[in-house]
Amino acid sequence: MSTLHTVNKSPFANQSLLSCLGHCKNGDAVLMIEDAVYGALAGSGVAEAVKAHAGTVSIYVLSEDAAARGIADDRLLSEITGIGYDGFVDLVATHDRTQNWL
Amino acid sequence: MSETKKFLYVNRKAPYGTIYALESLEVVLIGAAFEQDVTLAFLDDGVFQLAKGQNTDGIGVKNFSPTFRALGDYDVTKLYVEQESLAERGLTQDDLQEIMYEDEDDDWEEKPSIRIVSRAEMADIMADQDVVLSF
Repeated sequence: MSTLHTVNKSPFANQSLLSCLGHCKNGDAVLMIEDAVYGALAGSGVAEAVKAHAGTVSIYVLSEDAAARGIADDRLLSEITGIGYDGFVDLVATHDRTQNWL
Repeated sequence: MSETKKFLYVNRKAPYGTIYALESLEVVLIGAAFEQDVTLAFLDDGVFQLAKGQNTDGIGVKNFSPTFRALGDYDVTKLYVEQESLAERGLTQDDLQEIMYEDEDDDWEEKPSIRIVSRAEMADIMADQDVVLSF
């Protein structure tokens, strides 16, 4: 039994990403979409907090949203996996529930 | 009759700066008519929704905080509030309004609907649901 968490706000605008990470169970997945993709940047002020959860939680970023914002793959934290819309659908289908962190 | 599912309504926004909090309460009341197993979670700024003493006379919007006290009549009796979110905001349970329900399985004894839980307990509650609706 696991949950897919989606986050769509920049972690530099509000606490949604950090609150999400703080409520994840081992084996859950977090997908950063829309402005939340800024949370996937290496070297940012939240990078350490994101990396701290990467061992127990699978963390993904929606590549289309990252590309739209000029975030190339080599700027992403190595702990984060880029996926496309098809991968998004797979994540929804392989988890028991989806929880949005608005 | 359809199967009963566990619905969690997650409240993470303060009450009047956006419409999320009021809309959540509206959806909870609508959903209660479908006799599902409903739980409400209050965390982050959502804990401010339950603050006692709200007075909106000066801002021209409806004070919907008394409506929380009617939820018991709709069998919505589980309001979980996260301790860490209260503490981060300098609040304690004494700053929240009292919300009671009558337990039909216990001779209609009045019991508190608000239950304070830790962040870890809140994560367990979230992981125990069929459907999670976020506001």
